[in-house]
Amino acid sequence: MFTATSLNERNDQVQRRFRLLFLVMTLLLVLPVLIILTLLVVRGAPAISLEFLLAYPKSGMTAGGIFPALLGTIFLVAMALLFSVPLGIAAAIYLSEYAPDNWLTRIINLAIINLAGVPSIVHALFGVGAFVIFFGFGTSILAASLTLAIMTLPVVIVATRESLQAVPQAFREACWALGATKWQTIRRIVLPNSISGILTGVILEVSRTAGETAPIMFTGAAFFLPFLPESVYDQTMALSLHLFVVATQVPDVPDHLPYGVALVLVGIVLIMNATSIGFRTYLRGKKKW
Amino acid sequence: MVDQLRSTPTGGPNAGPGKGAPLVLQIKDLGVRYGDKAALTGVSLDIRENEIFGIIGPANAGKTSFLRAVNRMDEFDSHMHVSGEVLYHGDNIRNWRNPYAIRRRIGVVFPLPVGLPLSVYENVAFAPRIRGVNTKKDLDIIVERCLRRAALWDEVKDRLETLGSLLSGGQQQRLTIARALSQEPTILMLDEFSIAVDPVTTMRIEAVLKELKHEMTIILVTNLVQQANRLADRTALFLNGRCHEIGDTQALFSGHVQHPETKDYIEGRFG
Ligand SMILES: Nc1ncnc2c1ncn2[C@@H]1O[C@H](COP(=O)(O)OP(=O)(O)OP(=O)(O)O)[C@@H](O)[C@H]1O
Ligand SMILES: [Mg+2]
Repeated sequence: MFTATSLNERNDQVQRRFRLLFLVMTLLLVLPVLIILTLLVVRGAPAISLEFLLAYPKSGMTAGGIFPALLGTIFLVAMALLFSVPLGIAAAIYLSEYAPDNWLTRIINLAIINLAGVPSIVHALFGVGAFVIFFGFGTSILAASLTLAIMTLPVVIVATRESLQAVPQAFREACWALGATKWQTIRRIVLPNSISGILTGVILEVSRTAGETAPIMFTGAAFFLPFLPESVYDQTMALSLHLFVVATQVPDVPDHLPYGVALVLVGIVLIMNATSIGFRTYLRGKKKW
Repeated sequence: MVDQLRSTPTGGPNAGPGKGAPLVLQIKDLGVRYGDKAALTGVSLDIRENEIFGIIGPANAGKTSFLRAVNRMDEFDSHMHVSGEVLYHGDNIRNWRNPYAIRRRIGVVFPLPVGLPLSVYENVAFAPRIRGVNTKKDLDIIVERCLRRAALWDEVKDRLETLGSLLSGGQQQRLTIARALSQEPTILMLDEFSIAVDPVTTMRIEAVLKELKHEMTIILVTNLVQQANRLADRTALFLNGRCHEIGDTQALFSGHVQHPETKDYIEGRFG
């Protein structure tokens, strides 16, 4: 019945050519990632050992492990999230579920989106001004993680708000019509159906925070500390800064050391991302509409 | 002027509660506006206890807006503004400090069924739960009773744990009716409930509504003129955001109308 006309054939050819073009583009995109990862693994893997993870740096950071930096990064990220996640989720719930749709809300939303795009060095300077100097926390874990928190806050808010708004409005209206209050609706219907998106956003945020250097450089991360911090008012080492230091600031570092540090940092990020993807897949399987 | 309209000739043997029946709702000069655009103006009518009050009218007439205003749904839509009075047993619902109380007394069924992302059981148990019924035993009783009354029990009794949204369209519509009944409402408002339902199920639901009428007041918005004829004790025709005519259904359908447009609409010669 159906015979291909010359027009059909030409369309078909064009479509195939475009497909090829997009495929090449995609491969070009993947290539650098593959090269970086290969390089990291080949050069860095020899450095990795349990001792490397659990020992202090030695001989002016030209040997030994990364323990204080690893622990410091975990500390900083955890504390930053402790501030930014509850605050961010609460703000997002307010903005998405309660705030009236007026110019003030719109300005706040715009501000948050812009805040998410502010370079991290600017957040760093804000952190110095606000937490280190004004609040008098000094260069400390507290100041550094608060700076990280401020930096992650807008992203947490945006991710949460988007997940909340993905829940169909009809569900809310159906609940309200049943006499449910806004909070009952949020707790029983909206949150359970957006939690996967919220958590995914948060986990992705963690991996970004772990790699940040600028915001902690002036607010609490130390070049080198021969001991672990004792309180949140102490400074700490951090992986990202440590990488910068051993790669550029210290002479006579054996080649494999910075690669090892980088591999650990990338490893953390990849593990977090994989967790987030796995989580999303798992929860999407349970999605209810 | 509307008071004159209400005195159309009274109907035949099946007419509902008579003029002396207690009034559940008194609507006075109700207006609804979205932004600057009026959707409903100057609607005044009374709704009597235990009657089925039909509302018919073409698209855009403001029927849905009327229901939303009665349920105070304007609170959730910043563009929607309501003027005039809605008296529930003589009390202006605007003055109720607790809007949830009015919504709990009024069950609504939307045109397109919205199954909450919960199991069949939890869909029906939702309203009882939020008003504080928590024991499994009580909930079981309520769920079964409401599903039975919505003519759905036999079809879902073996799969109460499946998601409500996995039921067929007509079953979901009955699920939303069961859910509205689980509020134990004094007024049940249905907005074009038969849009997504097959004729057989429609007939079954209509039979249910006739039963329910003995326990509650029903406001039935419908696009099917004959559905109003079959069910409603009194019928109102909404037209272009106004209540054009109100009368006993039998009278209206036998041609005792004040406005020729009403007759045209009823007989399908409209537009
Ligand atoms: N949420 C809303 N926001 C803005 N305008 C609305 C909203 N709901 C209804 N309107 C407007 O109000 C007017 C009346 O709509 P309404 O839904 O009350 O009509 P209806 O009689 O129910 O029509 P239909 O028979 O098609 O359901 C329409 O012009 C519509 O565009
Ligand atoms: Mg409508």
